Amino acid sequence: MSERVLMCGNKALAEAAILAGCDAYFGYPITPQNEIPAYMSRRMPEEGRVFVQSESELAAISMVFGASATGKRAMTTSSSPGISLMQEGISYLAGAELPAVVVNVMRGGPGLGNIAPSQSDYFQATRGGGHGDYRTIVLAPSTVQEMVDFMPLAFDLADQYTMTVLVLADGILGQMMEPVVLEKKQSKRKLPPKDWALTGANGRKQHIVRSLWLADGRLEEQNRKLQTKYEQVLKNEVLFEDYRLEGAEVVVVAYGVAARIARSAVDSAREEGIAAGLIRPITLWPFPTERIGKAADKYGLFLAVEMNMGQMVEDVRLAVEGKASVLFHGRSGGGVPAVEDIVGILRQASGSGGGEKGVGKRK
Amino acid sequence: MKTVFARTAVLKDCSTHYCPGCGHGIAHRLVAEAIDELGIQGRTIGIAPVGCSVLLYDYIDVDCIEVAHGRAPAVATGMKRTNPDKIVFSYQGDGDLASIGAAEILHAGHRGEQLTVIFINNAVYGMTGGQMAPTTMLNQVTTTSPKGRSAVEQGYPLQVSEVMAVLPGVVYVERTALDGGAGVRKTKKAIKHAFELQVEGAPGLALVEVLSPCPTYWRMPPAKAMKRIREEMSKFFPVGRLKG
Repeated sequence: MSERVLMCGNKALAEAAILAGCDAYFGYPITPQNEIPAYMSRRMPEEGRVFVQSESELAAISMVFGASATGKRAMTTSSSPGISLMQEGISYLAGAELPAVVVNVMRGGPGLGNIAPSQSDYFQATRGGGHGDYRTIVLAPSTVQEMVDFMPLAFDLADQYTMTVLVLADGILGQMMEPVVLEKKQSKRKLPPKDWALTGANGRKQHIVRSLWLADGRLEEQNRKLQTKYEQVLKNEVLFEDYRLEGAEVVVVAYGVAARIARSAVDSAREEGIAAGLIRPITLWPFPTERIGKAADKYGLFLAVEMNMGQMVEDVRLAVEGKASVLFHGRSGGGVPAVEDIVGILRQASGSGGGEKGVGKRK
Repeated sequence: MKTVFARTAVLKDCSTHYCPGCGHGIAHRLVAEAIDELGIQGRTIGIAPVGCSVLLYDYIDVDCIEVAHGRAPAVATGMKRTNPDKIVFSYQGDGDLASIGAAEILHAGHRGEQLTVIFINNAVYGMTGGQMAPTTMLNQVTTTSPKGRSAVEQGYPLQVSEVMAVLPGVVYVERTALDGGAGVRKTKKAIKHAFELQVEGAPGLALVEVLSPCPTYWRMPPAKAMKRIREEMSKFFPVGRLKG
């Protein structure tokens, strides 16, 4: 079971979803995630589960909505333009409080953009994305192994909080091959019973899954209920990783593939004697605001590195609350930050008044 | 005394929010009676559309879901594929099914989904206040066709049943009219048959298009609205079995 196999991110994620108990997969072709529906079209029927190629992303997310309402574990995958179309359904999932797993293997935008890797959908992913006052949990893997490990987590979180969990990957993670361990793990979470599911009102009262609340004050009450749930997520589900922060003059903040590049840059910088460290947000919502805020009490300079023109950097700025300076380096439209470019910025920044607070040796 | 008519238990004992003379109340009753007579109340899931009948679940006593505008056939697909033992039906108006949900109904039929679709065609958007629908009749005045629908400007009324009937994945299509006692009885028979097919596991989608009166936005009294269905609407939307 725990044997290591070489797989591309998209296929590994698909198999991990099956291991995580995905009952139904619905999807529409779009690059760079086509390996997922292709894999699912073969594997799901083998497992006696459901695969449907939908007529559009609007339909795919609606099929997820339908399957989820009956209590099944359902998922879809797509890439940026397709995820835009799915925002309608994601908003309805939020309103109706149904669990769902949506994977976005991001590509360049806006518009048709290109099919190159990108982190262009951070805003969309972390701000709800569709209409209305809601949130989705966003998991950002940075290795193929994490794409695997986050599938059971995504389904568990979706079921626990009855909300959409987005797995935000990108074209590099989807396409590249890495050794992974695929194994079925027993969930450690106590998941609530799906006592709201539409299973036919045989011998019980009718169940209704809805998002329309017309009576005066009722929708506000519902939205407060959603916020209470989101507060629990904020309290309990933040994930991040610290890397080589000891004595850091500059703290890089990066997620996903950009975090891997940033990690190499931090290592190179340390070899040169530049005290650089890394905080890697793993959940993008809930964002590790508290962690970065605490880091800003200690470290004076931050550098956000992204594969876009500056999106997560806004959350970093909100987190440091003006206690530290925040720089940004990003490439977009298929551009990937280079290690040497990041090291160059770290080299320059380390001599420019950053550094650990209260520690001398500043220029 | 002998009881000749009683409300089916599947229809809740409450008054509806529908306007006087609206066809939804009748259509709801017919759906509820069909579910009752087939003994499938405990394993049926109903899908309410966006439109006047969005509150369907307040009247029909089965498990129900409310979905995005037009997406009912896709939601139904997700439900039925994962629960083949359940009876899944969508209840959709003309704006929902024939306009914004045209892709979803076409492809559900195209894939041969084992679903029952009740399509209420009253040739107008009711809930939003009487706008032109794809099925609005030529010369019909609506809030968005103030000079009356013109074939040149807005196209001809869309004949959904004719389109659906040519799809191999669709097993049954019938158009009926709520234009009087006989029409109501024929509609009941068609709706029941559309459910029966799913119960029997027929390999595809069953659709009943019901021509239904909207006195409010046709701006005429209920009796005249029924007459309009008979004399005007059913000329362009002929009633009868198109397939199966």
